[in-house]
Amino acid sequence: MSAITKFAAPPQDIPEFETEFAAARSKSRRTWLIGSALFIVLFFFSTWLTDFFKITQVSMPDGSREWRWIIPAGIPRLGEYIAKTIPVLRWDTLDADMAEWFWRWKTWMKLLLETVLIAFMATSLGVVGGFILSFPAAGNLTPNKTVYWITRRYLELARTVPELVWALIFVFCFSVGPLAGVLAIGLHATGALGKLYSEVNENIDMRPLDGIKAAGGTWFDRIRYGVVPQVLPNIISYTLLRFEINVRASSIIGYVGAGGLGQEFRTAMSFQEYTDLSALFVIIFVTVVIIDYGSEKLRHRVIGLGVKS
Amino acid sequence: MSISDEDIRAAKGRVPLAFRDPPAVLWRKRLLWLAFLGLFAWCIYDFNITPERIWTGLGRLGRVLSFMFPPYIWKSWAEFSEILNGLGETLAIAFLGTLLGAVIAFPLSFLGAKNINRLSFLRHGVRRSYDLIRAFETLILALIFIRAFGLGPLPGVLAIAVSEVGTFAKLFSEALENTSEKPVDGVRASGGSRMQQIRFAISPTVNPVILSILLYNFESNVRSGTILGIVGAGGIGFLLSDRISAYRWNEAWSIIFLIIAMVYVIDWLSGLIRARLIGKAEGAR
Repeated sequence: MSAITKFAAPPQDIPEFETEFAAARSKSRRTWLIGSALFIVLFFFSTWLTDFFKITQVSMPDGSREWRWIIPAGIPRLGEYIAKTIPVLRWDTLDADMAEWFWRWKTWMKLLLETVLIAFMATSLGVVGGFILSFPAAGNLTPNKTVYWITRRYLELARTVPELVWALIFVFCFSVGPLAGVLAIGLHATGALGKLYSEVNENIDMRPLDGIKAAGGTWFDRIRYGVVPQVLPNIISYTLLRFEINVRASSIIGYVGAGGLGQEFRTAMSFQEYTDLSALFVIIFVTVVIIDYGSEKLRHRVIGLGVKS
Repeated sequence: MSISDEDIRAAKGRVPLAFRDPPAVLWRKRLLWLAFLGLFAWCIYDFNITPERIWTGLGRLGRVLSFMFPPYIWKSWAEFSEILNGLGETLAIAFLGTLLGAVIAFPLSFLGAKNINRLSFLRHGVRRSYDLIRAFETLILALIFIRAFGLGPLPGVLAIAVSEVGTFAKLFSEALENTSEKPVDGVRASGGSRMQQIRFAISPTVNPVILSILLYNFESNVRSGTILGIVGAGGIGFLLSDRISAYRWNEAWSIIFLIIAMVYVIDWLSGLIRARLIGKAEGAR
């Protein structure tokens, strides 16, 4: 009953609420308008920079030339190109067709092994570098501010520059071959892993370290017996994840001459061996799937062990 | 009371396993290390890595690094505007690629979410196709698109868009699955149709998450957009690989520093936008 009487006589603050509501409403509408205007400006600026709405001349089926938007004009060419890469496989002569599709399998298997080994070696280098640098780069473990600043900047430089750019530089320095690829991917992995490891280090329990300090341990003792046992499961898990990423990276790094299967992509493209491209793609896809699957199994085991102990 | 060496030895005799792994574990560890070192050594042999090669390489690397100082500064506007145009192109590639990928992936993501698409065989099929799209490297896609659309930034946009479709569709559908059922029940109880349930119950809770994914992937695409130019798909990477192959190292280093600065600015800006738009709504997940 009392509620009804309350509504029957509107309180004084309703008009006040109405004005506040209107103000908030118009403010949010204004923000929305400004945001959309900014978005539209950005959109058209970037379409202008990237020739997204370019009108180009295309040949029509009857031989005449017409002006068309580039994207629908390019799609048939894309379809043609993809159709060319698909091999002819007949059921009766499957063996011969497969043999023709994978005709360079001996070279490819060798290069595939090289690809995986590049990833392995680069991951090892990245783990060593990232592991050592992750302690001075962690805010709670660093010996002093200068070392912290230098290692942080170094790790940022190493991971912001893409692997392919490092590879271009190292191919010049160490000549063409897998060594350049190992160093390029290893350097990038150092930057990426160093950051992840240092974040793990920042989230540890500091009490074991205090205990070791109280017992007279040095900085190295504290790291070795206080930090490492805590972070090891996480580090192994990140390392395996990085190995997967590095396998993908090392499969394309050959494009600039740094070893691995990537160089075959370049050869196949320039010799117009279209079916080779699909064969290479199948090889890399299968390898990546197998490695992802294996490392996922290993990772789950490692994390499981970490939880148990 | 202090512990002497005698005490430690006695304790070791009494409970050896407290000080050392059991023999089986110990041997397994040793074998793993041996296998690792053996493989590493074999790699060094197979890749023909000799101290001599490393030494000459380091010498050259030192020379290349020495071009970092003093940093090269572009004198004329004509030169510098080329570099600025390259940086702008990279940003535009990342922006348009992310946008296009998201626009295509958004409707697809509903097919992959458990709480929206109830047909499990269709859902699994759609999810596998996302995985297949993600298996294509952006660089390989760029090479394919260059064949169809010619050199320039457009193939870069399309390459990033296609590879992002797979990533976004997966991430969006996971975000959709992480929403609460309660708002959906509320809308259904007041008589809302299936579309209205999605529009008024699911969409408000997932929008902040989607926005955060978009910003994060935009950052990562700015990074990957810098390398697309190496294969000819536009952006700053083209200028960089051009300078490197002409051995103009001082200019190359300046471009690398500009790329790093650009990545910093983008990370900072997207951090600001994220904090402003999503900051408080993070709990909505």
